[in-house]
Amino acid sequence: MGRKLLLEHDGKPGIQGLEGYRANGGYRSVEKALKTMSPDEVVEEVKKSGLRGRGGAGFPTGMKWSFLAKPEGVPRYLVVNADESEPGTFKDRYLMERIPHILIEGMITSSYALGANTSYIYIRGEYFYVARILERAIAEARAAGWLGKNILGTGYDLDIHVQVGGGAYICGEETALLESLEGKRGNPRIKPPFPAVKGLYECPTVVNNVETIAAVVPIVNEGGEEYAKIGVGKSTGTKLISASGNIRKPGVYEIELGLPVEEFVMSDEWCGGVTGRALKACVPGGSSVPILPAHLLFKTVKLEQRLMTYESLSDGGFQSGSMLGSGGFYVYNDAQCIVRSTWAHARFYHHESCGQCSPCREGTGWMEKVLYRLEHGQGRMDDIDLLWDIQRRIEGNTICPLGDAAAWPVASAIRHFRDEFEYHATHPTKVKDPKHFEKEPFVPKPKLATA
Amino acid sequence: MGATVKAITTTEGTPPFHFSEAALAECKAIMARYPEGRTKSALLPVLHIAQAENNGWLSVNAMDAVAQLLGIRPIEVYEVASFYTMFNLHPVGRHVLEVCRTTPCMLRGADDLIAHLEQRLGIRVGGTTPDGMFTLRAVECLGSCGTAPMLQCGAKYYEDLTPAKADELIDRLRNSAERSNYTDR
Repeated sequence: MGRKLLLEHDGKPGIQGLEGYRANGGYRSVEKALKTMSPDEVVEEVKKSGLRGRGGAGFPTGMKWSFLAKPEGVPRYLVVNADESEPGTFKDRYLMERIPHILIEGMITSSYALGANTSYIYIRGEYFYVARILERAIAEARAAGWLGKNILGTGYDLDIHVQVGGGAYICGEETALLESLEGKRGNPRIKPPFPAVKGLYECPTVVNNVETIAAVVPIVNEGGEEYAKIGVGKSTGTKLISASGNIRKPGVYEIELGLPVEEFVMSDEWCGGVTGRALKACVPGGSSVPILPAHLLFKTVKLEQRLMTYESLSDGGFQSGSMLGSGGFYVYNDAQCIVRSTWAHARFYHHESCGQCSPCREGTGWMEKVLYRLEHGQGRMDDIDLLWDIQRRIEGNTICPLGDAAAWPVASAIRHFRDEFEYHATHPTKVKDPKHFEKEPFVPKPKLATA
Repeated sequence: MGATVKAITTTEGTPPFHFSEAALAECKAIMARYPEGRTKSALLPVLHIAQAENNGWLSVNAMDAVAQLLGIRPIEVYEVASFYTMFNLHPVGRHVLEVCRTTPCMLRGADDLIAHLEQRLGIRVGGTTPDGMFTLRAVECLGSCGTAPMLQCGAKYYEDLTPAKADELIDRLRNSAERSNYTDR
């Protein structure tokens, strides 16, 4: 049983409310930070903790905070990214719904560290009911003196507001989020300037994921060094993993980074094993990361044990590795079709492209169309090279990472499952049945051993 | 969602729009959250309120009223309303059933749920029942992959659905006096 820092009190009676949360040690980090630490000391603890952004990019949080510009007389903002929309990811919703005060507590401590007096939570519009839960938590915290003017008599003021979005994956990209928060279309901005210099209302701004800000609570309570003792190498602390797909026990799990992937999938403590005939593949970090075939999931290509860390999951680069990403971990059994799932990925990115960069706006649509026809028995063999060509021309050629995120699932699917794409071109009648691999799995051609 | 174009309607034949007093008070409270000169920030939340006040969709009249309230040009409202998936620019059914179909839901049977709902309601995805009761949509990831297949209706998530549970939901919604809306008010 690993340590739990965020979900330790999950499910305890009353934990959703302020009283229950306080009874389990809640808001200690605010008292400690505001009364005994300077803002810079809080930043220092976060640096020592080795905490990396939990939204998907994995950028060191302490470093991001230290980039924040501090010009005289200009307000600074903390904006929490609760626009959780990466397919496969539902951990932030779970945390906000079940323990809303941990986010509010983390925001107070973090805003103090950054010198922000107004902070916003930007939450995806589909999570309206979660926004209501957060609004209630904020009202409770305010009534108890944790928010507002002169918090704990320290002279520090903070207001937190919840902003609902309108349904757009792209607003999870931090500059698109800021545009949306300003009441505009969610078109990502050209960087630089980065939000740390010119963010919300052209003021210095830090944008962090919900889980990242929640993790500041145990870091301040126990110290950055204690936090950094959990994990392996540069993957410190715990991580919320959203587990779904063809597993026995889907759900949100808090793991210590460094847990072997095999144990995470097979153990009854976590996913509880695969449903159906056999494991086929897994997307370990949200839809934007490369898909891994079964033989590369538990072991790397060098036959080392694969771990749930930023480094181990990306071991082998894009040839044989993937990424931890947002921790959206979905598992495929062998009744699933890779072409069909890749088509669904492409459709998603086409729908969610903001449309400002041509390679992404046009390319995602082309990929969706080509994948549609392959999956529906109207494809040709040269469609596979066409897809490869399109994804290659999107990657790296767009303002924001959505282009890469659209390209990688297609590239990795072709890289690891080319036989299956070819089968679709050569067996149009077979694949017209949408459940073409339900009765019998697809069996790839035997590979010749290469030196 | 700029890659899929949404067109706005004309004002022709659509009723005038006025915020109710309660809604107006709610909008003003939201507008007060932002620094001076930044009221445009309230646009998305105010559009949600306008939509809930206008039978679940944004007519040009409703969008013009939002522009006037926020002191911005109508085009600034149209360009935003047409960008985000949750704003309906055409009338919708009393209950909009939005089934998530993105890959993780697909792995757990979203296609079967959609087929079942199409058959049960007698409409295809994108359609509205002739009695105006239900609109059926297939949407992209709703962040509920662990409890798939699922659908959203208004502010509520209905998770771990089976055909029987979906039927039960439809019966319940059919008899509900309230229109489902995102703001849950």
